[in-house]
Amino acid sequence: MQAPSPARKTIAIFGATSDIAVAVARLYAEAKWSIVLIGRNEAALAGTRADLLVRGAPEVVVQTADFVNLPALGQVADTACDALGGLDVAFLAYGTLPDQAACEADAALAEAALVINFTSPVLLLGELARRFTSQAAAGRIGTLAAISSVAGDRGRMSNHIYGAAKGGLQRYLQGLRHRLHATGIAVIDIRPGFVSTKMTAHVKQGGPLWATPDQVAKDITNAIAVRGGVLYTPWFWRGVMLIIRAVPSFVFHRTKL
Amino acid sequence: MTTRHSNYTSWGRILHAPHHASRPASTETAASSVTAPTEATMLGHGLGRSYGDVALNPGGRLIDCRSLDRFIAFDRATGVLTCEAGVTLADILAVICKPDPDGSGWMLPVTPGSRFVTVAGAIANDVHGKNHHLHGTFGRHVREFDLVRSDGARLVCSPTENAELFHATIGGLGLTGLILRATIQLRRVPGLAVEAEDIRFDTLGDFFRLAGESDATWEYTAAWIDCLAGGKSLGRGIFSRARPAPGIAAAPPPRAPRLSFPIKPPMPLTNTHTVRAFNALYWRKLGIATTHTRSVGPYEKVFYPLDAIGHWNRAYGPAGFYQFQNVVPLAHAEAAMREMLQVITASGQGSMLSVLKMFGDPLSPGLMSFPMPGATLALDFPNRGQPTLGLLSRLEAITVAAGGRLYPAKDGVMTAATFRQGYPEIDRFARSIDPRFASSFARRVDLRAASGI
Ligand SMILES: Cc1cc2nc3c(=O)[nH]c(=O)nc-3n(C[C@H](O)[C@H](O)[C@H](O)COP(=O)(O)OP(=O)(O)OC[C@H]3O[C@@H](n4cnc5c(N)ncnc54)[C@H](O)[C@@H]3O)c2cc1C
Ligand SMILES: NC(=O)c1ccc[n+]([C@@H]2O[C@H](COP(=O)([O-])OP(=O)(O)OC[C@H]3O[C@@H](n4cnc5c(N)ncnc54)[C@H](OP(=O)(O)O)[C@@H]3O)[C@@H](O)[C@H]2O)c1
Repeated sequence: MQAPSPARKTIAIFGATSDIAVAVARLYAEAKWSIVLIGRNEAALAGTRADLLVRGAPEVVVQTADFVNLPALGQVADTACDALGGLDVAFLAYGTLPDQAACEADAALAEAALVINFTSPVLLLGELARRFTSQAAAGRIGTLAAISSVAGDRGRMSNHIYGAAKGGLQRYLQGLRHRLHATGIAVIDIRPGFVSTKMTAHVKQGGPLWATPDQVAKDITNAIAVRGGVLYTPWFWRGVMLIIRAVPSFVFHRTKL
Repeated sequence: MTTRHSNYTSWGRILHAPHHASRPASTETAASSVTAPTEATMLGHGLGRSYGDVALNPGGRLIDCRSLDRFIAFDRATGVLTCEAGVTLADILAVICKPDPDGSGWMLPVTPGSRFVTVAGAIANDVHGKNHHLHGTFGRHVREFDLVRSDGARLVCSPTENAELFHATIGGLGLTGLILRATIQLRRVPGLAVEAEDIRFDTLGDFFRLAGESDATWEYTAAWIDCLAGGKSLGRGIFSRARPAPGIAAAPPPRAPRLSFPIKPPMPLTNTHTVRAFNALYWRKLGIATTHTRSVGPYEKVFYPLDAIGHWNRAYGPAGFYQFQNVVPLAHAEAAMREMLQVITASGQGSMLSVLKMFGDPLSPGLMSFPMPGATLALDFPNRGQPTLGLLSRLEAITVAAGGRLYPAKDGVMTAATFRQGYPEIDRFARSIDPRFASSFARRVDLRAASGI
C-alpha cells in the first residue's frame, strides 16, 4: 500500500525582494515549502529563486508585478494563487519609507506613500481574501499575513504619513480578521520595530533596538505557524508601544519623536 | 553607490579605522561600485576574521560583501557548488552539508578554525585547515570565480581561463579585484561525524613522531602546545587527530555562536596569571592519569572550538592581541620550533592557544599562498606594547633565518623585507594587482601594483 504523500505546502510572497521577505523565504525553503515570489525587479527575483532552490524549496515561481498598478492587483492575486495550485499562506512585505518633510512639501509624494503602504495592500488583501475564502470552502484553510509597523500604533511628527498608512493597514487587517473569523482563515498583522534593511540603510543603526531580518523572520514564521493575530517583533516592542500609546498628549507633544 | 562612514576593526582589535563603506545588496551593485569614479582606493571585506590588517583600508573604501549571500547552484551528484562571494562556510555547512540516511554527505573540502568566514575571504587568504597534509588549501578546491576589476572588466577566472589572475587572486589578499561569485568542489565523506583522538605528549620530538605516524591515516591533525612548559617539558602538549566516521551522521553546527562575549570583559583575561592557569588547565584536559582519549561525534568541537562564543576576541580587552603564525620548511622545522618555544618561555609572555601542525605536500594554487611543506606554529599574545612587539620580532627573525614565512591573515607586524623573502613570487604577483585596490597590509609591506598594466 502506498502512503498518501503529504500535500505540498505553498506560500506566495508579495514584495519578495524586501530584505525581511528574503529572510522569511529562506526559512520556508529550508522547511521545504514551494514558493511564489512576486515583485518588480526580475533579476533580483531570479537570484533569490536560485538561492531558495539550493536551500531546499522544491519549486519556486517568479512573477513580476508593480504593486502601485492598482487595477492589475486582481490579476496579480489570481496568478499567484494559481501558480502552484493554491496557497497556504499569502505574505505581503512591500512598502516604502517616505521622507516626512518631503511629503509635507509635496502632496504627490504623500499620495504615492499612501498608495504603496495602504491602498495597494488593502486592495490586494481584498482580492486574496476572496480567493482564500473559496479555497477554505474546499477545505484548504490558509493564512493571510501582512507587514504593517510599530509606526502605525501612534501618529508622530517625524513620520505620520507612513504611520497613517500603516495604522490604516492595521485597522483593515483587524476588520478582515473579524470578517474571515468564521471561515477559519487566519489574518496576521506583523509589526516590526527597527530592522536593518535596505529601507533603513540611511539611518544610523546599532544598539539594542535594532534587529536583523533573520531575527524578525523567525518571529514571522512562528506567528504564521501558530496563526497568531498581531505580532510585535522583536517581542519587546509590544511593551514599548503600550507605553508610547499610553503617554498623554500633553507629555507626548513635548517630544520630537 | 551609497557609502557610509563606518568603523571597521581587525579581529585582533588592534587596528580600528574609519572607512567609506558600502554594502552592496547584489553582485550587480557590487560590480558597479568597483567601477565607480572615485579617487579613493578600495578593498573587499568579508566577515573581518583576519587578525591583522589584510582586510582593512583605513581612509579608503571598503566593499562589505556580507549581503552577497545567495547560493546559485548545487549539484547533489557531483558536489559542485556555486555561490556569491559573501556566503559563509557556516551557511554552506547548514544548507548543504546535511547527512544522507546512511550518515554520509558532502563536506567542505577544507575549513579554517572558524566557520564564520566568507567564501571570498577563504579564497583571498587561501586558507588551510587541519587536513592540509592531505587536501591542501581551500584554493585547490576552487574551480573558478568571477572577478571584477576597476577598469570594468568582469572576468571568469579558472586554471584555463584568465589563469594568471586565477593564481594571483587565490591568496591574493583582496588586491587583484573584487570576487563576485565562486564555484567550489565539495568533498564526499562516508560519515559527517568524526572519530577523534587526543594524545598527550611530553616533548617536541614526540610531536614530530606522532605527526609522522598519523598524517597518512588521519585526515585532521594539529597539536596544542603548552608554551609555558620549559626545560625537559619544552614542547609538551596534546596531539589531536580526527577523521570521518563512516556511516555515522552529524547535524551541522548552528549558524550563529551559541553565546556572545560581553562588550566589556567581566575580568581581565590578559594577565600572565590567566594565561598560566589556562595552559595548566589545558594540559590536564585529558585528566591526570589519562594520556589518550577517543570519541565519535559531531565535528563542531573538533574543528571550531572558538566559534562557540561570539566575539571571544573581546576577552583580550581594549588593547587587543596579536596573532602570529609561521611556517618553517621541514629541514629546519624542529630546531626552529624549539628555539621559538625557548624564546617564548624565557619572555614570560605565554600564548593562550599555541597550535602546531605539519603542512603536507599538496601544492597551493596561489602565487602568494602561505602554506608550504613544513611545520606551522600559531600563537596569540595579548598586546602589552613594546615587550610584545619585541617578542614578535624575535619570532619573525627565527622564521626568516630558517627559510620560513609568516601568514598575512594573522600578521600585524612583519616587515617588507620579511614578506619579500618569504614570498618569492611577489614581483610576478604585483603585476596582477588592480591599481585601484589597496589595504593597510599592502602599504605596510610595500606591496604595490607593478606599473605597465
Ligand atoms: C577563530 C579563528 C580561527 C582561524 N583559523 C584559521 C585556520 O585554521 N586556517 C586559516 O587559514 N585561517 C584561519 N583563520 C583566519 C581566517 O580564516 C581568514 O582570515 C579568512 O580569510 C577570514 O575570512 P573573512 O570572510 O572574515 O574575510 P576578511 O577577514 O574580511 O578578509 C580577508 C581577505 O579577503 C579579502 N576579501 C574579502 N572579500 C573579498 C571579495 N569579495 N573579493 C576579493 N577579496 C575579498 C579581503 O580584502 C582580505 O584580504 C582563523 C580566524 C579565526 C577568527
Ligand atoms: N526595516 C524596518 O525597520 C521596518 C520596520 C517596520 C516595518 N517595516 C516594513 O517591512 C516591510 C519590508 O521592508 P524591508 O525593511 O524589508 O525593506 P526593503 O528591503 O526596502 O523592502 C521593501 C520592498 O518593497 C518593494 N516595493 C516597494 N514599492 C514597490 C512597488 N511599487 N512594486 C513592487 N515592489 C515594491 C521593494 O521592491 P524593490 O526591491 O523593487 O524596490 C522592496 O523590495 C515594509 O512593508 C516596511 O514598511 C520595515
